[in-house]
Amino acid sequence: MTLKEKQDRPDEAPAETGRAETGDGERATASQRQLVWWAFKKHRLALVSAWLLGAMLIVIVLCEFIAPFDDRHRDSEYTTAPPQVLKLWDTDGPEGFQWGLHVDGYTSTQDPRSLRITYEPDPADRVDIGFFVKGEEYKLFGLIPWDRHLLGPEDPDDPMYLLGTTTDGQDLLSQLVYATRVSMSVGIIGVLLAFLLGIVLGAVSGYFGGWVDNVIQRVIELFMAVPAIPLWLGLAAALPPDMGSVTRYFIITTILALVAWTGLAREVRGRFLALRSEEFVTSALLDGSSRGRVMFRHMLPSFSSHIIAALSLSIPTMILAETSLSWLGLGLRPPAISWGVQLQDASKWSVLSGAPWLLIPGLVVVIAVLAFNFVGDGLRDAADPYKH
Amino acid sequence: MVRFLGRRAVYMAATLLAISLVVFVIVSLPPGDFVTALEARYAVQGQRLTLAEVADLRVRYGLDGNILQQYWHWFTQIVLHGDLGMSFEHQKPVREVIGSRLGATLGISVITLLVSWGIAFPIGVYSAVRQRSVGDYAVTTVGFLGLATPNFLIALIFIYFSVSWFGSVPSGLCSPEWCDASWNLGKLLDLFGHLWIPMIVIGTAGVAGLVRIIRNNLLDELHRPYVTAARARGVPERQLLRRYPLRVALNPFVSTIGWVLPLLLVGDIVVGQILGLPTLGPILLGALKSQDMYLAGSIIMVLSVVTVIGTLISDMLLGWLDPRIRLGHQR
Repeated sequence: MTLKEKQDRPDEAPAETGRAETGDGERATASQRQLVWWAFKKHRLALVSAWLLGAMLIVIVLCEFIAPFDDRHRDSEYTTAPPQVLKLWDTDGPEGFQWGLHVDGYTSTQDPRSLRITYEPDPADRVDIGFFVKGEEYKLFGLIPWDRHLLGPEDPDDPMYLLGTTTDGQDLLSQLVYATRVSMSVGIIGVLLAFLLGIVLGAVSGYFGGWVDNVIQRVIELFMAVPAIPLWLGLAAALPPDMGSVTRYFIITTILALVAWTGLAREVRGRFLALRSEEFVTSALLDGSSRGRVMFRHMLPSFSSHIIAALSLSIPTMILAETSLSWLGLGLRPPAISWGVQLQDASKWSVLSGAPWLLIPGLVVVIAVLAFNFVGDGLRDAADPYKH
Repeated sequence: MVRFLGRRAVYMAATLLAISLVVFVIVSLPPGDFVTALEARYAVQGQRLTLAEVADLRVRYGLDGNILQQYWHWFTQIVLHGDLGMSFEHQKPVREVIGSRLGATLGISVITLLVSWGIAFPIGVYSAVRQRSVGDYAVTTVGFLGLATPNFLIALIFIYFSVSWFGSVPSGLCSPEWCDASWNLGKLLDLFGHLWIPMIVIGTAGVAGLVRIIRNNLLDELHRPYVTAARARGVPERQLLRRYPLRVALNPFVSTIGWVLPLLLVGDIVVGQILGLPTLGPILLGALKSQDMYLAGSIIMVLSVVTVIGTLISDMLLGWLDPRIRLGHQR
């Protein structure tokens, strides 16, 4: 929720801080970080979102292990197969009731006229599933060779497609796991790049003021006046089409960052301007600290939680931009997989009408964007623990 | 007011100059230039350009000078002759390609803008006045979702339901039987039958954003001391709301014109692409993909100019509406 709503219910705020372990004495001696954390914890939605983002980070790091199949895995036998339901027991097996994690295999029927093959779950064809099963080999963290997967079919050749398959016969779940790594990292790296630009220029602008400030502000205003979206499109389209995936990934990220740094620079500048005349800045200067030290060791840490909040709020814009660009065919391209690239599969309505599960990556986009927004909102509200 | 306008006009000119530079960089970024691209295209078709023709074309597009001369040539052609270059994809001057579609694009954008204002205003006011009611929570939730969903995803979801319920997707701007008919009620109804999906897809993010801004602005105002004072004097709630806070809450309608326009355009690219609308969006996308850079650059330029003019208009309106802004610049 917004800042205002928080202020509107002061009755809720102290009720929780008054608990035994955060009594007045402890509150008085707590560090700023502790206070921010206590305030953040009260924001239920933000806390849940933070856990969610944490889980996504784990997916990013351990993506090869978590995905049941390789990102290049292709099963031409099952194209556009529907999602399977994970079952814990079996009642109509040969021995009657039986425990065991499994999914139903598929039976295919071909429409005699359209020649389209449709797949139905087949309870008679049982596919056993286990944890830490052997599967395709990969290198964990790009270093450690391994072949175990968190969840997968006991026999690697059996079909286990918990979220269905794509039109190419790729496992949607595995693709989604790999795409999460790409799309989330584009957002995070892009924001960090933008932040680097923004913080340096914003700090210089806000600290020195005068003509330096004037020049930098005019440049920022010009950047802001150029409409971002056409600029994104134009720059992305001007890239040579035969560029390698990795280069393309970094250039797209840089383009997104180039357009996004202005907002962050403004935020930082505003904070520096406000802090410039504070006593602790003057005393640090009188102590003989250099300007750079005053700016980045004294002033910056005093509003770092604001910065983190601003960062967290600008990641969703990046993610949405990358997703849209890739979906339009101007961003990342196959073989790179991102959420936008995945959703390209769903853009033909003749395909989509028979395979709504192709929209699942879209759901993940919405969840990720919401989570970043809530965490950002929670942090922004918690950033000033001395305000109440 | 004159000084205020003067400042804004000078500023706008500088911005347009900067935009033209950026667009030119985009136009000249892909390897090769227009003539080499054209030669390659002819070669594919088994034809060849004579050396004289090539030299002629190079002079016409000013491609032989250094990068600054090229920029100057491109810029003066636009400003003095209104010549935006050739589209080799369409084999027509860019001006014609854009001109034939600008009308429909602006039409859809303006209708969408008006409709989204019409929807956003009452909802925003309602959720501010009835803060923390069930309706407010519903509005806030839907708003969050609307802002978090990329608009192509909204389009895909609509298409999915449209196909599962009606068996087809209304594409284009009119059904075949009405396209050539003169304007009458039937055609108008048909047009709206085709417009609703584009409007929803293009407008959702804008409506969600506007509702949020109006709600926050109005909430700011509603807790000001003057409102309490007026209420204490016994001014009826409705009149109180209408007299002061609503006027302030109206500002975002005016101040967002600038950023709403490009937003509408992105919606247009997405919807136009899926539903085959005769608008600029799909043309821009096609031009970008085939690196038809004069066309792509020109569309970006036209859209940027529209945005900048939109911002200027909104600044002027805002200055006229709100003395604080007008006078703030005169200090």
